[in-house]
Amino acid sequence: MSGAPLIEVKDLGVRLNTSRGPAQAVRGVSFALRRGETLGLVGESGCGKSVTALALMGLLPESAVISGSIRLDDTELVELPDKAYCKLRGNRISMIFQEPMTALNPMHTIGHQVAEPLLRHTGVSAAEARQEAIALLDRVGLPDAAKRIDAYPHQFSGGQRQRITIAMALACQPDVLIADEPTTALDVTIQGQILDLIAGLVEERGMAMILISHDLGVIAENVARMMVMYGGTVVESGETNAVFTRMGHPYTQGLFRARPRLGARKGTRLKTIAGTVPELADLPAGCSFADRCAIVEQRCRVALPAVVDVGASHGVRCIRTDVSMAAGDVGA
Amino acid sequence: MSVFFLRRILTLVATLFAASLIIFLVLDALPGNAAQMLMGADASPDAVHALTVKLGLDQPLAVRYLLWIKGMAVGDLGNSYVYGTPVSGLIAERLVLTIPLAIMSMLITVTLALAAGIYTAANHNKLGDVGVMSLTQIGIALPNFWFAILLILLFSVKLQLLSAGGFAGWDDGIWPGIRSLLLPAISLAVVQAAILARVTRSAVLEVLREDFVRTARAKGLGKREVLWRHVLRNAIIPVMTVMGLQFANLLAGTIVIENVFYLPGLGRLIFQSIANRDLIVVRNCVMLLAAMVVIVNFVVDVLYAFIDPRIKVANL
Amino acid sequence: MSAPLTASAAAAAIAPGARPATGFWRRALRHRSFVLGAGLSLLVLGAALLSLVWTPWSAYDIDVASKLHPPSAAHWLGTDVLGRDIVSLLLVGARSTIMVGVIAVGIGLTFGVCLGLIAAARKGWIEELIMRLSDFTFAFPAVLSAIMLAAVAGPGMLTSTTAIGIFQIPTFVRVTRGSANAIWAREFVLAARAAGKGSFRITIEHVLPNILSILIVQATIQFALAILAEAALSYLGLGTQPPQPSWGRMLNDAQTLLFQSPMLAVYPGAAIAIAVLGLNLLGDGLRDLLDPRLARER
Repeated sequence: MSGAPLIEVKDLGVRLNTSRGPAQAVRGVSFALRRGETLGLVGESGCGKSVTALALMGLLPESAVISGSIRLDDTELVELPDKAYCKLRGNRISMIFQEPMTALNPMHTIGHQVAEPLLRHTGVSAAEARQEAIALLDRVGLPDAAKRIDAYPHQFSGGQRQRITIAMALACQPDVLIADEPTTALDVTIQGQILDLIAGLVEERGMAMILISHDLGVIAENVARMMVMYGGTVVESGETNAVFTRMGHPYTQGLFRARPRLGARKGTRLKTIAGTVPELADLPAGCSFADRCAIVEQRCRVALPAVVDVGASHGVRCIRTDVSMAAGDVGA
Repeated sequence: MSVFFLRRILTLVATLFAASLIIFLVLDALPGNAAQMLMGADASPDAVHALTVKLGLDQPLAVRYLLWIKGMAVGDLGNSYVYGTPVSGLIAERLVLTIPLAIMSMLITVTLALAAGIYTAANHNKLGDVGVMSLTQIGIALPNFWFAILLILLFSVKLQLLSAGGFAGWDDGIWPGIRSLLLPAISLAVVQAAILARVTRSAVLEVLREDFVRTARAKGLGKREVLWRHVLRNAIIPVMTVMGLQFANLLAGTIVIENVFYLPGLGRLIFQSIANRDLIVVRNCVMLLAAMVVIVNFVVDVLYAFIDPRIKVANL
Repeated sequence: MSAPLTASAAAAAIAPGARPATGFWRRALRHRSFVLGAGLSLLVLGAALLSLVWTPWSAYDIDVASKLHPPSAAHWLGTDVLGRDIVSLLLVGARSTIMVGVIAVGIGLTFGVCLGLIAAARKGWIEELIMRLSDFTFAFPAVLSAIMLAAVAGPGMLTSTTAIGIFQIPTFVRVTRGSANAIWAREFVLAARAAGKGSFRITIEHVLPNILSILIVQATIQFALAILAEAALSYLGLGTQPPQPSWGRMLNDAQTLLFQSPMLAVYPGAAIAIAVLGLNLLGDGLRDLLDPRLARER
């Protein structure tokens, strides 16, 4: 895969007005994706991954201040007027949300909701849009799509609803798909099915996908590249395999240790990361992980550490990689 | 018909019966005898007794109640104690004023309230929102009959555009009638609209926070489209609930407003009948008003099922 | 019939820290609608209190010779058709207004809260019966029930106040039951039940104190509604009876003189509007201050 990137984010910053005052929710996030490429964003809630996604969609509240650049092909999306943005959303760039139970309008039939982006962005007639909606719902594996197209959201299960929102997001064959925790709200048994469906569709249609999750396992199995976010910054990024074999950032290592594992000896305690996620409204001056880091030094608190290359396109935002990575393979 | 519908109708009938029972007990069983009241305290006992028999008031309470219910079923409400004419006729000739008045003011209320509520919600926390919301705060504080008097002062006394009262009737076409009901309808509507506008605003704001609004935006719909296609239908249910409840206040308001404008409507009939001690007219008028309120709220309940697809299934 | 918004809003209103914070007054004095509302309400209360000890002229003495005077140094707002001083009438009128409000809200609060607490504590058919009854009383607005009472008992302040009070009961029942149900669902009530406390003790010790702030807010708003209803009834001649001055009655008198003395119809209405506006703003302010979670919802 080569050629110019489809979507390119450079030094993205987002300032939000929260009830506790202005907060720098995202700082210095940069990445580029070509057609067919997949990128994972992983981190705890409040780390800025969803804000990044909403910034790409142009759906942050009006009061948010966005800096840096987001380019989709040759179009600059930061500061793009809403009218022009509306032509892209649901058409070239789509999003699947976390909560399938509330993401659908309870008052409209699912057929109407799936057909809506088609009617909005393509010149099809209502009858054509309906046929297309049935085909889409079939493709995402909704049983009896043709019969149930006039049913309402409350008549479906959570997994089925998530299939419907996927059909909705894919209706106009978007170039970029953002999936924000698409399986978090679902039963464990359904999660795998939905992720497989998304992965299959991404491959089939050659989309670029950004998958957001707090679950390292989901990231490991579904994306080629990944970024770990903490306190609004990317603390580690690289090929998924590379990151999982050689974790450079103490936070990534902590996240990995904290995940529950099958086959662990009975009575093994899960290792948690000490401390709590910092409030975005009052982030420390230096490394945002400093307060919870086991190998923190005085100089970590002075300024935000720069990204250190620790391998081919594998970057870590830590000045102590010599120590953290010498500790050996924590995952093994 | 669905179980849902059947159950609502049963509730409606039960409520109407309960209302009739309360009205009957309050007006006909509480102190004093209607005949005594009509003739005054110093009427001779014989005369009072004669009138009691004549009016059928000597029969047992239960019999009189059942006779009233039966009368309502066949459309015979009895004769006015004072005028001696059928009560149904008295009421009917007043309704040609009161029903158009209620409809007009409900239309004005809904138009003003939806416009103000949607506008303020769409401009949440901006200057227009704060301004209109302050106006509604004042609107809620205004007694409607005082607002009516102020309208008379402005349009009749100062500008001399509309008459200060009276009803032109429908004989000369529809416009003179509507013209004479315009100020009364506005004065009834403005206060109600202020309340309904606030309800609309908060209902719309609440829906705007829902996830599916973001989904709709993610599909490429503009803010305005999302508001009209996705938000309003979800916000209309609490608005309709309050509209139904306001209808009771609206009818009560007509009693006051008809007095301000000297309009010969149902409210004025009730009022005069109290002054005349014409209890049979009062009883039937109050029953009619209560029934209208109950039926309007029943209609609102049934409308929910048409608007919200979740309700039908939940009750089947 | 469906629940009014107040009930659901109140049910949603049970915040963990529903009791006023220590800095209540500090926050209150910074709250714009609370300050404005409290100011206007105190103005009306002050007028009523003042009228007990002093009025510029007697509000009861008729002096037809000096009728319909324009405003002057002696009569600041002029005189009415019977020569009574408008300022004095307004001051004494405030007294009737407040009295009717207090009694009517007292009736509504006492019966409504008791029934609401019973409905919340004793589920089943008792709750169903209480709620059906209060549903149904909504069909009889204050003016209508006052008219029914006036028809049998004759017009007067007692009749109208009782009617307004009865009309207020269902609102208090709904608000009380809604918020009490929310308290009953909380863990500390569960703990109290586990400790063997009866429903009466739980109601008194846990439920009532926790819904108090909601009831205060609701009572303020109902007070405003009572004033509006009283004014309408007095205007119709069904409420406060002459010679006792009342704002509604003054409007009725003034209406016949609209062409001669239009301002006579302005003052009493403005007085009613100020009182109602003040109480509504006060209620809104109290809601924000006593219940931070609900404040955010608005």
